[in-house]
Amino acid sequence: MSTVNLTGPSGIRKFKDKLAFVAVCAAFALAVIPLVTLLYTVIKNGAKRFDMEFFTHSMNAIGGRDAGGGAYHAIIGTIEQVGLASVISIPIGVLTAVYLVEYGGGRRLARIVTFFVDVMTGVPSIVSGLFVFAFWIALLGFEYMGFAGSLALAVLMLPTVVRATEEMLKLVPNDLREASYALGVPRWRTICFVILPTAFTGIITGVMLAIARVMGETAPLLMTVFVTTAINNSPFKGPQMALPLFVWDQAQLPQQVAIDRAWAGALTLILFVMLLNLAARLIARLRKPVSR
Amino acid sequence: MTSETLEQGATRALDGRTRKMSTGRLGDRLFGLSAKGSGILLLVIMAAIAVFLIVKAVPALRADKANFLTSQEWNPDAAQSRFGIAQLTFGTVLSSVLALILATPVAVGIALFIAFYAPRRLADGLGYVVDLLAAVPSIVYGLWGLQFFVPKMNGVATFLHDDFGWIPLFGGDTVGGQCILTASIVLAIMILPIISSITREIFLQVPRANIEAALALGATRWEVIRMAVLPFGRSGMISASMLGLGRALGETIAVALVLGTASGISLHLLKPGGNTFAANIANTFAMAGKIGQSALIASGLVLFVITLLVNMAARAVISRRKEFV
Repeated sequence: MSTVNLTGPSGIRKFKDKLAFVAVCAAFALAVIPLVTLLYTVIKNGAKRFDMEFFTHSMNAIGGRDAGGGAYHAIIGTIEQVGLASVISIPIGVLTAVYLVEYGGGRRLARIVTFFVDVMTGVPSIVSGLFVFAFWIALLGFEYMGFAGSLALAVLMLPTVVRATEEMLKLVPNDLREASYALGVPRWRTICFVILPTAFTGIITGVMLAIARVMGETAPLLMTVFVTTAINNSPFKGPQMALPLFVWDQAQLPQQVAIDRAWAGALTLILFVMLLNLAARLIARLRKPVSR
Repeated sequence: MTSETLEQGATRALDGRTRKMSTGRLGDRLFGLSAKGSGILLLVIMAAIAVFLIVKAVPALRADKANFLTSQEWNPDAAQSRFGIAQLTFGTVLSSVLALILATPVAVGIALFIAFYAPRRLADGLGYVVDLLAAVPSIVYGLWGLQFFVPKMNGVATFLHDDFGWIPLFGGDTVGGQCILTASIVLAIMILPIISSITREIFLQVPRANIEAALALGATRWEVIRMAVLPFGRSGMISASMLGLGRALGETIAVALVLGTASGISLHLLKPGGNTFAANIANTFAMAGKIGQSALIASGLVLFVITLLVNMAARAVISRRKEFV
């Protein structure tokens, strides 16, 4: 006669439970391993050329075989291109979100816009580059320039900005709107001076994350900004450089000095992106939007 | 009049207000119009992407002497322009689907770990660690893949080929690190965070009552997950992994750096080479002539349509689920 164990689950069920626990922990470890090795290799290899010359010199007249040189021209390019992309996409993105939340209210146009914002999130970065090439360079006949890259980056930023702003505007309590209307404040002033300021920190967080995302984009710049080794301060005239392009360019050369430059570029890029990310999260934590 | 009807009246009044764009004041009219205009501009941009890609793709498609869909060649700038997307489609779909197969179980595991296993106070921090993977730019993945991971994969590829070569996928004459398998693993790492963060959100929405009911029946933690959590989150997991697939399909730089340059259709995952839409565009655009650029735009158009369909399908799954919950 067998006895029934009433103190807990049977052996096989306990075993399955343990197995699942181990598997789930292993899955998490599997994700952490690449992150750690990636950060480690980038920091270790990037530190070699992470010097003053790297930040104060361009690659002008420096071949792949030569040591020295730096990413000054690339950093200038990235800042200008990403800055212009933000100038283009943030107003459009925020206004679109304002339309969706404050004016849309289930209209057909609002539903269509919402759907296409989702679709736009999935546009591959290289396709946005091809689009700007086809439109700006092939059709309108402009030369390769930093601004073309900004246009491509703006296309990629737009949906992220809309999404983030929309989420934040939805969190603004309705009481604020009603109170403002009750005082006879016109609608546009209500939005500009009551609703947007309330959601401001949240919107800033979203925008900074969007900037961090496009800052590392390489593909769309290949066919819009092109590459150059010299310093070009004007985003509206002639090819520029950008940090991701710099890494791409140097990583494909066989010489070790070039690879070292690529690593230093990657480290610089990661620092930029991580700092933006960190700052965004800090802002988000410092002042959470008023909850409903 | 009870307070409830008052509230309803207020809601109605507010609804009326939302329906009317402005009070007729100039500032209101301008602001409303510019908000609406931005929304319309967004639609125009989406339409323009499709239109300009089509317009610029046509010259190459006209000049193409080979079958655009089935040809494996890519010589658009030759005197006799011949190119087709067969091997690009094959490489893109194979590497992305493989990445999806590798990433989904791990991503679901991560989501489960953070949602149900990790200590509550750590959960947010651990979620942030996984999100950091998403913050790393793809060019950095590419450089890391090429300089660090490919040499490691050389050994793994040789091992798999020598010991498991009887499996057709691992067979073939030449093996090396710059192969589809390596690209797929890098892609899998890149799409992990997007799948796991969406899945995690779905898991956190599982009704508390379902979990407690399962616990009350004496279920172990794993049984709770299997009976209450996974069935609830199934459609969410499907759409999350499809969004990840969309991301993998369009990923350019990491794949372009990791893959070798040899081309051709081969099911041998360890054979160096292979090509994808995006990698092909990135690698050859700078050297392409007029017809060559046009041909690359045509291939970009195909990529655009494929990712569009995958993303739309994913969104459809999500929105259908919303109606039930």
